[in-house]
Amino acid sequence: MTKKRYVARSYEIAARKLGSEMMIMSGRDSTLFSLNDVATVIWEAADGSTSLDEIVESRICSQFEVQPCVALQDAETLVDELASHGILLVSHEPIFPPVPLQLEAR
Amino acid sequence: MSGLMQTMTAKALALSIPLSVHLDLTYRCNERCVHCYLDHQDYGEMTTSEIKGLLKELADAGVFFLTLSGGEIMLRKDFFEILEYARALAFSVKLKTNAILIREHEAERIRSLGVESIQISIYSHRPAVHDAITKVPGSLARSVRAIRFLKARGLKVIIANVQMLQNMGDYPEVRAMANELGVEFSIDPTITPKMDGDRSILNLNIEQAALKQLFRDESLAENVQESCAPPRKADDDDLDAAPCSAGHTACYVSPYGDVYPCVQFPLPSGNVRRERFLDIWLHSTQLRDVRSIQVRDLPTCSQCSHVAACTRCPGLAFMEGDMRGPSIQDCEKSFARTGIPSKNLEAKRASSAGPARARELIQIQGVAIAPVLL
Repeated sequence: MTKKRYVARSYEIAARKLGSEMMIMSGRDSTLFSLNDVATVIWEAADGSTSLDEIVESRICSQFEVQPCVALQDAETLVDELASHGILLVSHEPIFPPVPLQLEAR
Repeated sequence: MSGLMQTMTAKALALSIPLSVHLDLTYRCNERCVHCYLDHQDYGEMTTSEIKGLLKELADAGVFFLTLSGGEIMLRKDFFEILEYARALAFSVKLKTNAILIREHEAERIRSLGVESIQISIYSHRPAVHDAITKVPGSLARSVRAIRFLKARGLKVIIANVQMLQNMGDYPEVRAMANELGVEFSIDPTITPKMDGDRSILNLNIEQAALKQLFRDESLAENVQESCAPPRKADDDDLDAAPCSAGHTACYVSPYGDVYPCVQFPLPSGNVRRERFLDIWLHSTQLRDVRSIQVRDLPTCSQCSHVAACTRCPGLAFMEGDMRGPSIQDCEKSFARTGIPSKNLEAKRASSAGPARARELIQIQGVAIAPVLL
């Protein structure tokens, strides 16, 4: 059985939601990223204590028409990509970093 | 500007989101720079709690880029509390400081809080020149020491070099110093009037010949031939554009909570102690007026050959008396770049006799007695 993966938003970023898109700037190299609706949902749910498969099941499959196994595979790819830029922290154990308090905008 | 940054700006414009806010935490300063536009007094700065409340409002309004400046930010005893709160709200934070109070401990705290960049003013590589501008003996050595502390921690540092009569020959050595320190370098040849309208410090601006030399320095411009080429003809896109981001996707908040379109555009537009920031941003008569202006609405500039490429600052124009008018400092820059006078410069030359001089003075002072003298 595959070990659970936990994801948490890095503190080394700047982020703000503009409309439905999440804009994120990497603190590592000031690269700017724009997350689409699905990626934004995952990123917002990345609290370090909820596992990725739970996030996919409760937040993605309930909101978007997608097969759970496909959604999880896509989510894994996205998480690895964001982690490679230092935007998300990933671990097989729950993570308790200081997460930004406020990400929502009008 | 990157493609994504352009998209982000366009989206912010469409959604009326103030993407960038420059917040001065204090006008107090531990330097007394000869060209400074501030008065260094404290007439009742916002408290820690007021600033935190404002930061929350800014985050709710969608502000992404936050510049914390002054005055000298490190003079606020609550500076790190404010910075920590700003970062917890996920702003991209840029600091502007003279850095003379930054030692290893402060540099470490700044690093731990994930600041995007720190801009530090260095006027000259020569202590005698730099310290004479700041009026603080030893200030160059202290600022450079701080740059080393910050850089050693992997932080992005930008040396800002303001050009004025006192230091105009020194920028190549300051840039070399930036290279040696491994930090970025930026140069600005514009001295701006004091916020109270006093224009006496404009006498410190470098002269036209030095400005021309600066624009033709191939080590500063990516492509001198292109940047100094005669202006291209303006098209509808140029004329339909907003003059700049001030009041459109950016604004300025003073230590007293006053909101202006930009730090260089002192048009009082509201106060966050009396109204919510978002209400000011969306409904202020002054900001709406600023937003209503397209380049084609500028009576002189829209008819000028430089209109498509001019760096005209509406704030400087405002401080000359009319935010829809030209800014003489930008006219001089366009002339220095291309050798072609702007429409405004031509008009000033054509009427350089006594009465015109009177008109110029009156425009600067914004006094409504021009018809009498003209």
